Amino acid sequence: MQHRSTWWKTALGLLLTLIMLFPVYWMINVAFTSRSAIRSGDLYPKSFTVENFQRAFSDQMPYLGTSLIIAFGVVVFTLLIALPSAYGITFLPRRGGKTINFLLIVAQMIPAVVMSLGFYQIFNEIGLLDSIPGLIVADSTVAVPFAVMLLTSFMAGMPRSLIEAAEIDGANKWMVFSRIVVPLSRNSIVTASLFSFLWAWSDFMFASTLDAGGGMLRPITMGLYDYIGAQNQEWGPMMATAVIASVPTALMLVVAQKYVAAGVTAGAVKD
Amino acid sequence: MTSTVASASGMDARTSSRAEHPKRRGRISSTTWAVIGFTAPLAIYMAIFYIAPLIQNISMSFHRFTRRTFITGDAPFVGLDIYKEVIASPDFWTTLAQTMTFTVLSIIFQYAIGLALAVFFNQNFKLSAVLRGAFLVPWLLPPMISGTIWQWMMDADSGVFNKVLGLFGVDPIWWLQGTNSLWAVIIANIWLGIPFNLVILYSGLQNINVDLYEAASLDGCNAWQRFWHITFPLLRPVTMITLLLGFVYTLKVVDIIWIMTKGGGTSRTLATWAYEMAFGKGNSSVIRYSEASVVGTVLIIIALVFAFVYLWAQRKEEN
Repeated sequence: MQHRSTWWKTALGLLLTLIMLFPVYWMINVAFTSRSAIRSGDLYPKSFTVENFQRAFSDQMPYLGTSLIIAFGVVVFTLLIALPSAYGITFLPRRGGKTINFLLIVAQMIPAVVMSLGFYQIFNEIGLLDSIPGLIVADSTVAVPFAVMLLTSFMAGMPRSLIEAAEIDGANKWMVFSRIVVPLSRNSIVTASLFSFLWAWSDFMFASTLDAGGGMLRPITMGLYDYIGAQNQEWGPMMATAVIASVPTALMLVVAQKYVAAGVTAGAVKD
Repeated sequence: MTSTVASASGMDARTSSRAEHPKRRGRISSTTWAVIGFTAPLAIYMAIFYIAPLIQNISMSFHRFTRRTFITGDAPFVGLDIYKEVIASPDFWTTLAQTMTFTVLSIIFQYAIGLALAVFFNQNFKLSAVLRGAFLVPWLLPPMISGTIWQWMMDADSGVFNKVLGLFGVDPIWWLQGTNSLWAVIIANIWLGIPFNLVILYSGLQNINVDLYEAASLDGCNAWQRFWHITFPLLRPVTMITLLLGFVYTLKVVDIIWIMTKGGGTSRTLATWAYEMAFGKGNSSVIRYSEASVVGTVLIIIALVFAFVYLWAQRKEEN
C-alpha cells in the first residue's frame, strides 16, 4: 500500500523544497546575471556572466581572509573553554549540572545587542575595539554555551566503566580527559566546531559594532554590508559575494549533514 | 609531544604511588579538585565575557551617558530617570507593540508550517531525508545574506515579488517602506525560522510510538483524527519548548531586520531600536547609550522571565 502512494508525496516534497529554496536560487540567478539585465528579473541568467564574481573576489578577498581567521579562532577558543568544562560538569551531582545547564540556556537568551553594548564600553577601555582578538572573544559568546551543553550531554552518556578502568590502571583525571574522553567525543567536537565556525562566519552584530573601523580587518559580512550601504547598490557583485559567503553553509549541508542534525536538536530537546 | 609523554608518565608514577595509601579521603578531594580545575575556564570565561558586559549594560542604564561623558567617564548617576523617560516616550510603546507583532506572528507561522512539514516528512517517502536536509538551508545561511536576498526580492521596482503580483494585475507594493515594512520582515523571518521548527518537531515525532497510530487505524481513525488525538497532544512538551525558544530567539533578531529596512517604517523592534540608539545608526543619528541600555535591560528581563518559564516547562515535562 505504501509503495503505490509515495510517488506523489515525493513530487509534493520536491515542490515544497523548490518553494522554500527559491530565495537561494534567486541569489545564484542574480549573481550570474550581467549588470544590464539585472532589473529585468529573468527566471534564469539569460545574459550570463561571471564578471560579478570577478568583482566580488577582487573587492572581498581581504574580508574573506579575515573571516576565516576569526572563524577558526572562535572554534579553537570555544573548544579550549568548552571541552574541559564539559568534562568537569559531568562530575557534578545531578542538581549542580542542571543549574549550570540552566545558566547556559539563560546565557543563550541574552540578546547580542546587549552584549555588544557592554563589550563596546569594555573594549573601548582596554583597546580591543576594531581588532581580530576582540571580535573572536565576542563571537565566541554565541558558541561557548552551546558547545558546553552539547559536549556535556555527550560526555555524561559515556560509559563510566571505561573511565574507572583507566583510573584503576593509574591514569589521573587529566590523562583520562585527554586520552579517552576527548578522542571519544570526536563527533560532538565536530558538531560544536561546525556551529562555532558558522556562527562566527555569519556574525553581523558584533562585527558592525566592535569592528566597524577595522578596515581590511573586518569580516566578510562587513564587506557585503559595504555593498549594501553604497550609494549605487550593485546587486550583481552583492549577490556574488553572498554566494561566496554561503560556501560554508553549503559545505556543512553536503559534507557534514549528520553533524548538523545532531546540533539542531541538542540545544532544544534534551537527551 | 615528548614532554607531554614524559610529564604524563611522571603523573602516572605519582598516582600509582598514592593509590597504595588509604583511598577515601584522597579520592574525594582529588575529584573535587578536578571539577574545580576543569570548570575553572568556563567560570572565568562567564565572569569576564558574560557577567561583565551585562553589568556594564545595566550600569549604563543608571548613568546619563552622552558622547562626552562616555569619553571622560564621569557620567552622573541618575537612578531610574532614564527608565522613566524611555517608558514615558510614545516610541517605546509603539516599538513594544511592533516587537510583539513581529515575534508572535513569526513564531505562530513558523510553528504551524514547521509542524505541517514535519508531519509530511515523517512519512518516509523516497528522497524525504534529502529534501528535509535541503530545508535546513535558510537556517544555516548567514542571516544577513538572507536579508540581502529578501531585500532584493521585495524591491519595489524590480523585485520578483512585485513582478509576480504584476502578472495578476496588482500594483507594485512598497514592501520595505512605511507600514508594509513590518509585514515584509515578518515574512522573511518566518522563512528563516521554519527549518528550526521543522527539525525539532520532526525529532519529536520520531519519539512517538508507531504502534499508537496502528492501533488508532484499526479503530477506524482517519489521518486528521490521528493527528489531532495522538500527534498533537503527545508533541505538547516539544511544542512548548519550540515556542519558548522561538519567542526568545525572535525577540533578539536584529540582522535580518536591519539589512532589509534599517528598522525603518513600522519594522523597528526593541532589539533594533537598542542597536540604532547605542551605535547611532539608521534613524538615530545621535548616540544614546543610556537609552539603549535601558531598552537592553528590558530585553534581558523579558529573556529572564522566559528562561524561568522554560525551566518550569522542563520540570513539568519530567514529572
